[in-house]
Amino acid sequence: MKNLQKLAAVLMAVMVVLCGALLLTHDVSAASEGKISGTVKYEGTPPHMRGIDMSKDPYCAKANASTSPHMENVVVGSGGGLENVVLYISEGLSGAALSQPATNVPVFDQKNCEYTPHVLAMDVGQTFKVTTSDQTAHNIHPNPNPMTGNIPWNQSQPPGAPPVEKSWKAPEMIEVKCNIHPWMHGWFAVVKGPYATTDANGNYTISNVPPGNYTVTAWQETLGTQTAKVTVSGAGPAKADFTFKGK
Amino acid sequence: MRMTRHKSLLCMAVVMVFPLASVAQLTKADFESRIGTESHIGNVTGHAKNAQYDYRRYCVGCHGDRGDGMGENFPWVDPKPRDFQLGIFKCRSTPTGTLPTDQDLSDTIGRGLDRSNMPPWNVFTDQQKADLVAWVKHFSPRFASEKPGTPIQIPSEPEVTADRIKAGREVFARVQCWKCHGVTGEANGPSASTLQDDLGRPIAPFNFTEGRPKCGSSDQDLYRIFMTGLDGTPMPSFADNIKPDEAWDLVFYLRTLMSEPSKEKAIAKQLGLKPVDTNAPAQPSGQQ
Repeated sequence: MKNLQKLAAVLMAVMVVLCGALLLTHDVSAASEGKISGTVKYEGTPPHMRGIDMSKDPYCAKANASTSPHMENVVVGSGGGLENVVLYISEGLSGAALSQPATNVPVFDQKNCEYTPHVLAMDVGQTFKVTTSDQTAHNIHPNPNPMTGNIPWNQSQPPGAPPVEKSWKAPEMIEVKCNIHPWMHGWFAVVKGPYATTDANGNYTISNVPPGNYTVTAWQETLGTQTAKVTVSGAGPAKADFTFKGK
Repeated sequence: MRMTRHKSLLCMAVVMVFPLASVAQLTKADFESRIGTESHIGNVTGHAKNAQYDYRRYCVGCHGDRGDGMGENFPWVDPKPRDFQLGIFKCRSTPTGTLPTDQDLSDTIGRGLDRSNMPPWNVFTDQQKADLVAWVKHFSPRFASEKPGTPIQIPSEPEVTADRIKAGREVFARVQCWKCHGVTGEANGPSASTLQDDLGRPIAPFNFTEGRPKCGSSDQDLYRIFMTGLDGTPMPSFADNIKPDEAWDLVFYLRTLMSEPSKEKAIAKQLGLKPVDTNAPAQPSGQQ
């Protein structure tokens, strides 16, 4: 029993030290704007993306009549580039880079009964807009964990509906659904500080990064996260490439 | 040997449970820190600490002693008991994504939720209800850090007319209530069978031809339900898409779908009003 208590004490001490280490950040001054860029690749045979049957809503079926709609959980381009990966700085940011949320307003559109883009990245506190291009009713229903400080809401967007403007309080990867069209599934990737999302070729560039040493995290909705250490100096963009391996 | 194995298992349990418990789950200490939670309903002030006996006697079986809806009846009850820790409630006078008022919570306790295991607790005095509201609030950290939303404004109810009922039918068609509730309100719309609540459990839309709406059945209640949405369920808020005057039209049209006799139902019969045509081209709301 004494051994057990000792072990518990050691365990607590280790955890306290670990937590402390996690909280430590480097202080960098926002002297000049730097960039982090790179490519995210998928290695292996891309997983099969299940097709979507939209026949329950004739509008949706008609809008996709000439394409074959399918799930978008893993989207791999012809050169192996992985789309919809969110890149953000998970360690090393401080001061001005953290305190001012980005001022542009990213848009999440409901088009042909799918979300465009499938993953919308944004800064904590940054205003974003949800629009609809469809002539069928949607409900936009993000489902964050209220314990994080992000509160779920659920708003209808019938044809011609005005945009919904919102922001989120805390970093979290938030699933978005439309209950009317159960195949509609997307993400609000809420991060702290500068971010980027990969394009169809897996390329990305994070802008407005002050010089310093950072950990960059790449997040993909089903493949998880990877990290890399980068140093941003005055000269040229820092590079960080990632490869997610298929099973 | 046996003892050592036992110990190592225990250690593993400690390693695995400790970080989880500290992040994901609220502890007794969290609740005790909020035991001073109050509610204010009319001129009655409720105190969480005074509700412990009533909660233990009447509520704990379903809602659980941590208020997480995991009481011993949890497996047998559907819809599932509310998880008070999340602070998300169906019946509110406040906009979607905001906390309900103390009055909203008290109304729910008194009204109960039709077609669920939550009966109307109208045997409680106003003081008991106010104390229970404070107790319900003390389970969620949200009530300590957020204020309730501003209740939506409900303009005074206009006179029911044939024109208003017809206009309500247009609103029903335009915002596509029928996608879930069906053109006759019988919960048989094309999306009805795949609906899920926020926890991923199957959930049925309201069938207007049977039972009472969960959040009250007065005209004001119906107005409030579609303007605030029922948080935690697929029912969204239509506040951005239905103007206050149109909202009353829709309330009157919804009455025509219900089996209860009403003035609206009689007028609809006289008009020979047919269910909406879902093949008609969608009408933009004109609020762009």
